[in-house]
Amino acid sequence: MRRIVVAVMSTISGLVLLFSYHTSTNQLGETEAASVQSRSAASAPADPPVTSDDTAGDTSSDSSSGTLASGTFTGDSVATRWGPVQVEITVKNGKITKSEAIVYPTENHRDVEINDNALPILSDETIQAQSAQIDFVSGATVTSDGYTQSLQSAIDQAFQ
Amino acid sequence: MIEAVPPPPRRAVVEQIMGMPVGVHVRGDGARGTDVEAAIQLGLAGLREADAVFSTWRSDSAIERLRRGELTVTQCSPEVAAVIELCDAARERTAGWFEYLIDDGSGTRLIDPTGLVKGWAVERALTAVVVALEGQGATGLDVAVNAGGDVAVHRAAVDGRSWLAGIEDPADRSRILATVELASGGIATSGSAARGAHIVNPFTGERVARGGSVTVYGPSLMWADVFATAAFAYGDGCLEWLAERPGFRSEGYGAVVVTAAGLTLRLAPSCTPLPPVL
Repeated sequence: MRRIVVAVMSTISGLVLLFSYHTSTNQLGETEAASVQSRSAASAPADPPVTSDDTAGDTSSDSSSGTLASGTFTGDSVATRWGPVQVEITVKNGKITKSEAIVYPTENHRDVEINDNALPILSDETIQAQSAQIDFVSGATVTSDGYTQSLQSAIDQAFQ
Repeated sequence: MIEAVPPPPRRAVVEQIMGMPVGVHVRGDGARGTDVEAAIQLGLAGLREADAVFSTWRSDSAIERLRRGELTVTQCSPEVAAVIELCDAARERTAGWFEYLIDDGSGTRLIDPTGLVKGWAVERALTAVVVALEGQGATGLDVAVNAGGDVAVHRAAVDGRSWLAGIEDPADRSRILATVELASGGIATSGSAARGAHIVNPFTGERVARGGSVTVYGPSLMWADVFATAAFAYGDGCLEWLAERPGFRSEGYGAVVVTAAGLTLRLAPSCTPLPPVL
């Protein structure tokens, strides 16, 4: 069965309003009953937090300001144009660091694995604009006027 | 003891060309040398030349003279015919959502290849810089050309560093929504944020004024730009629409769409050739 990963990122409050969360283990694909209701869940999950494959496996700091516990959570299934979609979120230190919509298309005549590690490799962490690791900002075309105050200008200046 | 590895030397030259800031970045040992500077200038010169030929803002450009009927296509330099041919292919590949014959308001349709020329010219400039560097014997340098947020990149070593692009939040231009690592090819973003509603729906003639943006990345900056522009004009459902474009999946393109409502959707690239969409 083909599995397309469509990453869905939204504001934290937007996601919370739409879904309630259940703890899950990626490897087993099973869901457990402990549901996390919105951001007010203060208790840690009964099992150790499970992080999805491409987050940095740092599970040591799951004490947070008392909102979302660290780990990976799977929401309810939602019907979309691609078929049923489940949203999976990763929480670290009380913040949603990653959210992905996992899509399972219903047509099976194409039995192809979609490899999302192909070049260009996609890295999907939402990071702050001040990060020095970005080489380029891609946005709707910048004009000369907008450039001087832009993040790109600051990046370029470091190397001029 | 762990020693910090210093970042490789890097040089950026930024100039205003085609009405936007164009930055050429070179990274690696020797990047700050004078030979590299010369190679960079070669690339920039190529962009200025493309601007002279294709700018619709210059009354003496070949494209303007073509539009006024002073020249025929065959009387222009061969690159004009080449670009027009690419525009035809772009129209076909996007089922008409990329269009280069634009109504000038009086019912006359004028040729305007601007939407395709930028990506085409930037790719050409990247090649020029890389070839010039290789001509100097400098084969280990990474190069990138960034024209106002549309970027074409080259990585010298298979196991070297990629370039990292951040996709701007169209609602807050100081914020990055997502990052894309690129070792080759390009990334382009289309939207209304910087210049207001300048993208036109080719079927209605109306300017597309919605919020959000479409970013496409993959093996060719030119095609990424064509796809992004067409998809932004297309609007709701454009992510699925992109996935169905000929070659989009099989050639390894990916996309990030920020909807007008502010939701960010991403279609990761596939490296496995897919059978045609039925």
